[in-house]
Amino acid sequence: MIKAQLIPAFLVTIVLTVLCGLGFPILVGMLGQAFFPYQANGSLIVRDGRVVGSELIGQAFHSEQYFHGRPSAAGAGYDALASGGTNLGPTSRKLILGNADDPATPDTDESYNGITDLALEYRRENGLDPEVPLPADAVTHSGSGLDPHISPRNAELQLLRVARARKLAPEEVRRIVRDHTVNRFLGIFGDPGVNVLAVNLELDRLAQR
Amino acid sequence: MNIHGLSEILLYFMAILLLTAPMGILLFNVFEGRIPFGLRILRPLELLIYRVCRVDPRATMRWQEYSAALLIFSLAGALLSYALLRLQGWLPLNPQAFGAAEVTPDLAFNTAVSFTTNTNWQSYVPEATVSMFSNMLALAMHNWMSAAAGMAVAVALSRGFSRADTDDLGNFWVDLVRGSLYVLFPIALLAALAFVHSGAPQNFSAPQTIRTLEGAQQIVPQGPVASQEAIKQLGTNGGGYFNANSAHPYENPTAASDLLTKILIFLIPAGLTYMFGKMVGNQGQGWALFGAMGALFIAGALVCYGFEQAGNPHLAQLGIAMSADESQPGGNMEGKETRFGIAASALFASVTTAASCGAVNSMHDSFTPIGGLVPLFNILSGEAIFGGVGAGLYGMLMFVVLAIFIAGLMVGRTPEYVGKKIGRYEVQMAMLALLVCAFSILGFSALSSTYDLPQDSAWNRVGSSAAYYGAPRNNVNNAGSHGLSEMIYAFASATGNNGSAFAGITANTPFYNLTLGVAMLAGRFLMILPLLAMAGSLVRKKRIPESAGTFPTDSITFAALLVGTILIVGALTFFPGLALGPIVEHFQLHQLTLQ
Repeated sequence: MIKAQLIPAFLVTIVLTVLCGLGFPILVGMLGQAFFPYQANGSLIVRDGRVVGSELIGQAFHSEQYFHGRPSAAGAGYDALASGGTNLGPTSRKLILGNADDPATPDTDESYNGITDLALEYRRENGLDPEVPLPADAVTHSGSGLDPHISPRNAELQLLRVARARKLAPEEVRRIVRDHTVNRFLGIFGDPGVNVLAVNLELDRLAQR
Repeated sequence: MNIHGLSEILLYFMAILLLTAPMGILLFNVFEGRIPFGLRILRPLELLIYRVCRVDPRATMRWQEYSAALLIFSLAGALLSYALLRLQGWLPLNPQAFGAAEVTPDLAFNTAVSFTTNTNWQSYVPEATVSMFSNMLALAMHNWMSAAAGMAVAVALSRGFSRADTDDLGNFWVDLVRGSLYVLFPIALLAALAFVHSGAPQNFSAPQTIRTLEGAQQIVPQGPVASQEAIKQLGTNGGGYFNANSAHPYENPTAASDLLTKILIFLIPAGLTYMFGKMVGNQGQGWALFGAMGALFIAGALVCYGFEQAGNPHLAQLGIAMSADESQPGGNMEGKETRFGIAASALFASVTTAASCGAVNSMHDSFTPIGGLVPLFNILSGEAIFGGVGAGLYGMLMFVVLAIFIAGLMVGRTPEYVGKKIGRYEVQMAMLALLVCAFSILGFSALSSTYDLPQDSAWNRVGSSAAYYGAPRNNVNNAGSHGLSEMIYAFASATGNNGSAFAGITANTPFYNLTLGVAMLAGRFLMILPLLAMAGSLVRKKRIPESAGTFPTDSITFAALLVGTILIVGALTFFPGLALGPIVEHFQLHQLTLQ
């Protein structure tokens, strides 16, 4: 009973492995490269002949003339080799209050910014009063750590800072933000998001003109 | 909760409802050997595979042969994966030069078992561990093979009910090849192209090194993502190309791809209920199963969405908006992506755990306690709420046997289902499958949360690093009740062959790799074997005509009884564990306790 199935088992394993494991990805690769080459190659954005990013992968932004993405738990922030979230639970002291550096271990830095710190920092950067409610995405870490989007409210709260730093009219910056906002699919599925990298690239382009 | 989120969940479910019958008809025809017209061009390939593999497609199998074929096939696949993973350093398509140092023997064992059993638990960080070659030939190929094998088992069990006075459960190889060629392949191909269109890469290039706008360096891995994405969802496997899985913008770039993902996950499990109805000649039987699954699923999704949207009281205290409006998401956004928002993330969590898929578009570990309890409960219910490809139908039929047994006890008659008498042997087999799962989940959780390993034990060390964890309970990322939830979730996910995680737990140590591997094997094969034995016993029985005393199983009453059985069995078995984990954490959260 077992013997009779041995040979088919090994042969089917080999044949299906080659067909499904190799044949299928190559077939999809050929079709994908033929019909949607931009997406199939990672949606890379080229500026002045150099790849400056992928439309889909968020980048870390710190300077005040750029819109900032969400807090990221991928490596030291937006590390595409270490995608992931904090995996801290809702009652985690570390998540809410953060950690201080432990003076007993001078070699390692245990300090960690909790959501309390992130909220303070966000308010300070954008000159917001404590009464202004913050959008949740501004102070929470995304699931991938590479989230390319922020919520429209998050962008609106950063808008005056960016406009001031770039000496632009807020209305002009707002137009750029609107142009790079992705709406819900069919008006129902998912949430609207502003592509941070696309907006920042557009702002740079405007500055060069 | 708001109108957008609710309509998102209900419209999704309606789409599944609409696709159930067409999918069921396709499955029925394929497994009855009536190949649909457009797919007949693949017929020569099917015959060629039989010839090359020395399979006699006309041979029939008793349950013992069917089981033997399945077991040897799974063993062969697992051995192949183990070998390829350990040897990846010598194999092509490896631009990041990963070798055996990344894939230690315990990790290779865990990973090979994980993909063979349709679990796709990942103890490792894919983009820093496995090559493109390993991804395709050691791992992604199981997305087809384990799914096709699961479907075959469900079909064989259905034949146990639909055939009478015979030994013949069909031919495992024929069911396997037909399921792959005529069901998985065409749908996966279309879906893969849709994924490429929405932005998932499909290339064989080395990682892209990028100078960001602020001048920093960012290295972005590439690879055949779209093809893996399509089959990992359709086959309810769930193993990610990247660590962040379907939260990663390359795996799941848009809200549209997210919707497609969720439809792919439920497509075959939902269709199988219709196929079952068609096989036993009464569509009502199929819809009763679908109804029980649908009721449990919708209830879970709404609870999960409600608690995630209500958010975290700690954040509300900090002046962070917890209710949504047109321009911001509100709710518990920790571990969630902006483009999906709360509702699509909560729905995804419910879908992927109900269907035993295990892909995630948000980090379940960061869910609110009750929001995270829903995915955990879905897994604990034993892959019965739609469930994995194949596993869902056979898991549900296990509960059917128990429900019908309980109903029989209540009315004092010999239980029967779709014309087959359910005897002592069937009930014993169903109970055996159920108890194995409970024992594995609770036993291993208890072991990891209480067992003391010495501080320097090699059993709890990550890879070749010097980082020792000591007792297994130290591997959790969160303290107190949430840490216990991480351990219960890990063993529930492994035993239920789900593969999602409260991912904070560090599982890449020999202790966890081995225990989780054993849990996955138990959850897959010690569930399949009793159920195939049951099929073998059923298929020999005569069909008895319906009488006035027959309890109608194509009714809402029966669907309700089925739901009750699942809830009671789940609650009685796992309530103590859940009470110490998510339930206690819920009260801690609302008292603003931190841990």
